[in-house]
Amino acid sequence: MTPALEATGLGVRYRRTWALRDCSLAVPAGRVAALVGPNGAGKTTLMHAAVGLLRPARGSVRVAGEAAFVAQDKPLYDSFTVAEMLAFGRRMNRRWDGDAAAGRLGALGIPLDRKVSGLSGGQQAQVAVTLALAVRPDLLVLDEPLANLDPLARHDVMRSIMAEVAERELTVLLSSHVVSDLEETCDWLVVLNGGRLQVSGDIEELLDGHRVLTGPDGASAAGVRVVSASRTGRQVSMLVRGACPPDPRWRARRPGLEELVMGYLRSPESAALPDLTGVGA
Amino acid sequence: MIEFDLDRGSGVSTYLQLVHQVKQALRLGTLRPGDQLPTAREVVESLAINPNTVLKAYRELEREGLVEGRPGMGTFVRQGVAGPTLAEHTRLRRTLEAWVREARAAGLDQEDLRALFAVVLADAAKEGAA
Repeated sequence: MTPALEATGLGVRYRRTWALRDCSLAVPAGRVAALVGPNGAGKTTLMHAAVGLLRPARGSVRVAGEAAFVAQDKPLYDSFTVAEMLAFGRRMNRRWDGDAAAGRLGALGIPLDRKVSGLSGGQQAQVAVTLALAVRPDLLVLDEPLANLDPLARHDVMRSIMAEVAERELTVLLSSHVVSDLEETCDWLVVLNGGRLQVSGDIEELLDGHRVLTGPDGASAAGVRVVSASRTGRQVSMLVRGACPPDPRWRARRPGLEELVMGYLRSPESAALPDLTGVGA
Repeated sequence: MIEFDLDRGSGVSTYLQLVHQVKQALRLGTLRPGDQLPTAREVVESLAINPNTVLKAYRELEREGLVEGRPGMGTFVRQGVAGPTLAEHTRLRRTLEAWVREARAAGLDQEDLRALFAVVLADAAKEGAA
């Protein structure tokens, strides 16, 4: 199966600084991929490269079909009404499903004659997402779609994106630094740290393939792939990949998504990347 | 019809929560043979979860023979599912209610009841295995 988004040896440089280097990943079609990492990790750079807003210095990035992008500062014109934004979108795009867009906004109770500046933050986010979906993209790329939204608006925005994914084969790549927002909605995880790719894979498989171990200082962890470890007093706690050590003093459990992400971000040199040959399966 | 709800932060994965809720509804008779499960879109629109999670839960229920997917129509509870259990359900529930009243009268609180029930259930499982 052709991945919806594929990067091979991707490197992006701003003057002398590499914002992204040696990034190879493939997101299968129909997935909702979470792109996480601290500020300056290269998330926005990767998204800009994916939708063709910047040219990579090394390697390549490829999208199967059309991509639509919603930037973090919701790209709407304050003085336009919602209807004018829709008309603007129609003129700017070859592919445009205006009926679906108007229907979506109607169902959300957003008045078409209201000026953008008169909408709530949540409504503005919904309009921006609606405009992006009206292009009928194969890949929807959202930079921090939930930033600055209250919990109810966050829930509403995710509900409408998930409904669109249920309706047709749409792949979504969305960035956030609040991992708890993504736990229920995403099924693919991409972790960037300091411009390097640390993790790319199916979330269930990643969680099944890792364990959080706690045990006494001195318990043997021979032969175990340790992602990160921390020590409090005489107790050691580790995130490990693959099989557990035989030493019976370890207590093991499956990590949560947030624990997995934090474990990797704390150890930038660790990585969990599949063989690229196995990704499309 | 069943309406799902999620216990976020329960540690149980979302797809398993959906599977458990369907099984529970079958046991309680709120879902019966021939009933339709909500579509992935309906679930997703109310819970804001990934549609693949819903499909995974429905596949699991299908694999266990509890529901069947009818192409273009939806997912339905299979005929014959939970029939005999359901008939016995009301009678067993009455017996259990009487037992709970008796235990309360004897001074057991909610925690005591749960512990006692769990112990008996575990013992019964052991006997069954022996």
